[in-house]
Amino acid sequence: MWLFDRDLWSEVFNTLGKNIFRTILTMLGVVIAMIILILLLGSSNGMSNMFQNVFAGTASNSLFVWAQSTSEPYKGFERGRRIQFHMEDAEIIKEQIPEIEVLAPRIELGSHRGVTTVYRNGRTSGSAVYGDYPVIDEVTKKKLVEGRFLNNTDIEASKKVCVIGEETYELLFDKDETAIGEDVRINGVFFTVVGIYKPNDNVNIDGENAVFIPFSTFQKAFGSGDRLGWMAIAVQEDTKVPVVEQKIKKLLKTKYDIHPDDDRAIGSFDMSEIFNNVTTFTSVLKGVSGFIGFFTLIAGVIAISNILLITVKERTKEIGVRRALGATPKIVRRQIILESIVMTVLAGLIGFSIAIGILAMINGFLGEGGQDGIPLLNPMVSIPQFLKSFISMVGLSVLIGLIPANRAVRIRPIEALREE
Amino acid sequence: MIEIKDLHKSYKMGSNSLHVLKGINFKVDDGELVAIMGSSGSGKSTLLNILGMLDGADSGEYTLDGVPIKNLSETKAAQYRNKFLGFVFQSFNLINYKSALENVALPLYYQKVPRKERQEKAMQYLDRVGLKPWANHLPSELSGGQKQRVAIARAMAAEPKVLLADEPTGALDSKTSYEVMDLIQKINDDGNTILVVTHEEDIAHMCKRIVHLKDGVIVEDKKIEQVRAEQYV
Repeated sequence: MWLFDRDLWSEVFNTLGKNIFRTILTMLGVVIAMIILILLLGSSNGMSNMFQNVFAGTASNSLFVWAQSTSEPYKGFERGRRIQFHMEDAEIIKEQIPEIEVLAPRIELGSHRGVTTVYRNGRTSGSAVYGDYPVIDEVTKKKLVEGRFLNNTDIEASKKVCVIGEETYELLFDKDETAIGEDVRINGVFFTVVGIYKPNDNVNIDGENAVFIPFSTFQKAFGSGDRLGWMAIAVQEDTKVPVVEQKIKKLLKTKYDIHPDDDRAIGSFDMSEIFNNVTTFTSVLKGVSGFIGFFTLIAGVIAISNILLITVKERTKEIGVRRALGATPKIVRRQIILESIVMTVLAGLIGFSIAIGILAMINGFLGEGGQDGIPLLNPMVSIPQFLKSFISMVGLSVLIGLIPANRAVRIRPIEALREE
Repeated sequence: MIEIKDLHKSYKMGSNSLHVLKGINFKVDDGELVAIMGSSGSGKSTLLNILGMLDGADSGEYTLDGVPIKNLSETKAAQYRNKFLGFVFQSFNLINYKSALENVALPLYYQKVPRKERQEKAMQYLDRVGLKPWANHLPSELSGGQKQRVAIARAMAAEPKVLLADEPTGALDSKTSYEVMDLIQKINDDGNTILVVTHEEDIAHMCKRIVHLKDGVIVEDKKIEQVRAEQYV
């Protein structure tokens, strides 16, 4: 097996080492190309990671639906009629639209985005108060700092418990004071704190300062009856959110006698739309950086091919002697191509190590959560990306090495040996 | 060993072609030491190139050790050269970044002889040309005569059927030339067939037969009394 032919390798390194300065200069092109490629790939990965992080905690296939006022008169109703959803709507929607994976009804105290005063020991906080089902956690994940989120037992027993936001905690409690087990007062009703959550600072649907209480408790404590504020919905993996969105709206429009063309009566927000935009953006970014990196690499490898062409020219006589001594065209070709591969791979690995070093340094600087103002998180290349770049590099070096190799093969011994 | 019938060769020089070999017929037996003589332009180098499979003939037959040499692919030609022929050139053509030993071992490498055996054999041939102590020297550290002896060792290492020497003494002074001829004679004494291209009378007379080429034809082919080079060394 020629791969383990010690003589072949020593020939290759001998010729490359003969003009070491030139070899290194040539390799520098590929080193730099590889650094550029890896840095580009790494930073586009970092950018994509950052977006992922922004959206972490919110199901990308989710949808929020709430009631507004009509903007078209319909079936004898005047425009501007306030729509109010009811508990049964949630049941009907879930039953009739099988694509829905999770449907969490929610009710809000006061008007939409309204604020209610929460009291504790003479301190107050103007918070949004929500009646929620535990499944809401599957649509917008809460990062709990302490305690737990609402659970089914809370719902069944209509327990007077609540989960508060970090900001609410700061307003109502002293620093480092234990909040779990303490009571807070909302509209004259006392709730025991069972958990504190940290708001997701990037995609925030619930507000920074909020109190969550079990839906059933909300109904009893504040007499909301079967009223429903909004619905947080997660659709199944392979379902398009806008399709489900339209189905829900159609259903609700029929039920509440809303004009089919009235777009204002029911509000909705499609999370997947933003998510898709960002995904498209990052994949375009990745594509462009891969493209640029790849062509830089080609430029580097072409430089190697050029130098090998010069080397072949210089070694015309030597190659002629070898041919006279019985070197077949295959042997000559193999050696030149190997020289191309060795230079490229060596340079590529050096460039790769340097680039990884730089990325690791950036990573260390950014830390776990990233830094404000730098749109990067964890910029690194994946192993498949590395393998792809590596394989394309070797492939390129073989292809490009063929040019000087064929030139070497075309050297006829008689011409090479002709005395001047 | 070598049989040539009605060999023709011409080179295209722009619009007109130069007829270099105009029907060469000649035969070399096993163990002969033949000098091919002629002035420059007589076609002697062309003949040697064709004999060495470095160049192809336009027409005619060439048989080497019973094998017809015709329409060879580059690969086949390389293999035949490696198997049948040893070359010695006027300007030695050693590979300058390889030691004497590595140079001698090179044809054996192309014969795929294992490394260790190759080294041993190369050393043995270097010893035969009296250069064992210089085995690890680079060509630049050797004198002209030593370089040519390394080249002869290299040509012999592959144990060829025929040794082809193109002006082997052309770049050497007369004393060194005789040393080289002495070596060639001794190799011939061992039964090897050798062809020497030369334009020097004294060198030609150290062979056993002289073939005179003029304007692409053989004008004279005679057996001679060999002058031993030993006496001049």
